[in-house]
Amino acid sequence: MAQVKPESKTFGGSGGMPLTQKRGSLFRDAFGRLIKNRAAVLGGSLIILIILMAVFAPLIAIKSYEVQVLVDQNVVPEWITKVFPTMKPYARISNDYPLGADYVGRDLFSRILYGARVSLAVAFIGPLISLIIGVIYGSISGYFGGRVDNIMMRIVDILYAFPSLLFIILMLAFFRSTITHIQPGTPAYALSKLDEAMGGLFFIFVGIGLTAWETMARLTRGQVLSIREKEFVEAAHTIGASNLRIMFRHILPNILGPLIVTETLAIPGYISTEAFLSFIGLGVNPPTPSWGAMISDGATAIRSYPNQTILPALALAITMFAFNFLGDGLRDALDPRLRGTQ
Amino acid sequence: MGRFIVRRLLYMIVVILVVSFITFGLMHAIPGGPFSREKALPAETIRILNERYHLDELLWKQYVSYVYAVLIPHVTTTPPTTSLQDDFMVNAQIGSVWFRWMNFGPSFKSRSRTVNDIFRDNLPISAQLGTMALIIAIVIGLPLGILAALKQNTVWDYLGMGLAIFGVSVPVIVLGPIFVWVFGVALKWFPPVGWGAQPPYILGFLPSNIGWDFFKYAIMPSIALGLGSSAVIARLTRATLLQTVREDYIRTARAKGLPERAIIVRHALKNSMIPVVTILGPLFAALVTGTFVTELMFGIPGMGKYFVTSITNRDYPVIMGTILLYAVFLVVANLLVDITYAFLDPRIRYD
Repeated sequence: MAQVKPESKTFGGSGGMPLTQKRGSLFRDAFGRLIKNRAAVLGGSLIILIILMAVFAPLIAIKSYEVQVLVDQNVVPEWITKVFPTMKPYARISNDYPLGADYVGRDLFSRILYGARVSLAVAFIGPLISLIIGVIYGSISGYFGGRVDNIMMRIVDILYAFPSLLFIILMLAFFRSTITHIQPGTPAYALSKLDEAMGGLFFIFVGIGLTAWETMARLTRGQVLSIREKEFVEAAHTIGASNLRIMFRHILPNILGPLIVTETLAIPGYISTEAFLSFIGLGVNPPTPSWGAMISDGATAIRSYPNQTILPALALAITMFAFNFLGDGLRDALDPRLRGTQ
Repeated sequence: MGRFIVRRLLYMIVVILVVSFITFGLMHAIPGGPFSREKALPAETIRILNERYHLDELLWKQYVSYVYAVLIPHVTTTPPTTSLQDDFMVNAQIGSVWFRWMNFGPSFKSRSRTVNDIFRDNLPISAQLGTMALIIAIVIGLPLGILAALKQNTVWDYLGMGLAIFGVSVPVIVLGPIFVWVFGVALKWFPPVGWGAQPPYILGFLPSNIGWDFFKYAIMPSIALGLGSSAVIARLTRATLLQTVREDYIRTARAKGLPERAIIVRHALKNSMIPVVTILGPLFAALVTGTFVTELMFGIPGMGKYFVTSITNRDYPVIMGTILLYAVFLVVANLLVDITYAFLDPRIRYD
C-alpha cells in the first residue's frame, strides 16, 4: 500500500496513462480478489439482503410493529412449536403471525424486520463517526509530531484506560435523563428533539462516537508517522504544497486501506454495543424495535416462550456474521500480506 | 525494570484520579439526585438526608473528601466502629495502631449496606465468572490456534478458523438465551439460572464448594462469556505462530536436528506468545464488561445488577465505587501485561 503513489507515477508517466486510472486499478484489483472470496461474497450478499429487508420493511411486514393486540399475547404459529417442542403443552396457536407475537401482542416478524434498521444504522454511522474524529485527531498528531503528538497521545492513553462500555453507559444515562429537564430553545433541546425523532438512536451514535475514535486515532497516527518520511511527501514539501494538501492528497489516500479494513472489522462491535445498550434499557426508546431490546424483553420469559428471545438473537448473529465475513474478505483483498492475521 | 514499574504505578494513580474526576463530574451533572422520587419527599427530609451524606457541601469539597476516604491510607488509634460511614476495605492492626484504607462510603439505595459490603458479597461472584471465562478462553483458544497453525489448510485449520469467526460474531446476548433454552430448558443438563458458589471464599473469591454443585451453574455462563475471547486468542495464536515458524532461527533449530516437539514448544511457541499476551489486556476488559450482560442473562447475583441500577438510582457511592474498581482492574491488567512482555522477550527494555 505504502508505495502505491510513487509507482503509479512512474508507470503512469511512462505508459502515458492518466494517473487516476492507475490508482483506480489498485482498488479494482482488490475488488477482483474480493469477489473471488466465497465467504466475503456470502457476507456481502447477506448485508445487501438485510439492507433491502430493512428498507422495504413497510412492504414486507404485514402487521404493524407497534400495535398491541392484547388478545394475541404470546401466540405462536404451528411451526414454532415444532422447533421449540417444550412449548407444545401450553402454546396458543395462531398462524396469523409468521414468527409469533410478543408479550403485549406485537408481531415479532415485523419487529425483527424493523429492528434491522437500528442495527444497520449503527453499522454505517458508527464507523463514519469514528473515522472522521479518529482520522483528524490521529493525522494531526502524527503529522506534526513532537510535543503536539506527545500530549495528544497521552490524552488518548488516559481515555483508553477508561472502560469504554462503562463510559458509554454513564454518558447515555446522562443524556437520557437530561432530556426531560432542558428548556425549549437551547441547542441541547434541539438535540434532544433530534434524538426523539430518531427513536433514541442519536445519543447511541454520540456514545459510540465518543469512544470508538481512540483506536482509529492511534492507527492513523502510526500510519501517518511512517508515510510522512517517504520521498514523495518530501517531494511535495519541496514544491511548496501546503500541509493540508499533503495530508489530504498524499498521505490519506495511502493509509486508507488499513483504516477501511479496521473499521469494517469493528462494525460487529458497534452492532453488539447497540444491542447491549438496548438490552440494559439505555438504547433506543420504545416502541422502536431493536434486537437488543427484544432479547431483553423476551429474556424474562425465555423458559416459556423461547422464540421471543432466540429469533431476534439469531437475526443479530446473522448480521454480525455477515459483517465479519465481509471484513475478513476486505482485509485479504486490500492487503494480501495480512491474510489470516488480526 | 524497577524504574519502569514505579513510573507506571505513578501513571496509574493519575489515570485513576482522572477517571474518578470525570465520573464524579458526569454523575453530578445528571439531573435528579439519589433522593428524588415520583412523589417528592418533604424538603426538610431531603435537607436532613443531604446533610447526613454530606451532599449539601460544595462539589469540590465532596470530591476531595471522597478521594481522601478512598485513596489515602488512614492511620489511627481508634478501632473500627459498626457505623456505615466508617466501613473500610482494609483494616489492619499493627500493635495499637490501626491501618485503614479504602472507604467507599454507604450505599444510598440499600440503606443498611455499604459499597464495601456490596464488593464483599457480590464481587467474588463476578470474579469467579470472569476467571472461569478467562480460563475457558485460554483453554479453548490456545490449543485451537496452535493446531490450526501447525496443520495449516487441513480440517483442523478450517475448524479452528470457523470457530474463530463464530466466536466473534456471536456475542453473549445471543449465546446466552440459546444456551439457557437448549441446555437449561430443553435438555435440562444444567440449571438455566442461578449461581452455586458458597461462601466463605478462599483467597477472596474461590468458592469453598468447588465441585459439581458449583460447576453445574458456572459452565454455561462461562462458556457463553469466554467463547468470543477464545476466538480472538485462536486467531491471533494461529497468525503469529504461522509467522514465527518461517523465521530463520526455526530453520536453524531444524538444521541442528532438534525434535519437532522441542522446536515448537521451546522456540516457536514462546516467541509467538508476545502478541497473544498483548491482547490479554483488552480481552480482560471485554470479559469484565461482559460479566454484566452474562449476569443479567443467567440471573447471577454479581456486580452487574448493582452497576446498572446504581446509575438509574443515582446511588453516587456505588457508581463511583464500581467504575473505580473496574478502572483499577484494567490498569493493573495492562501493567501486568507489560511486565510479562519483558519476561517473554528480553529485547524489550523499559528504561
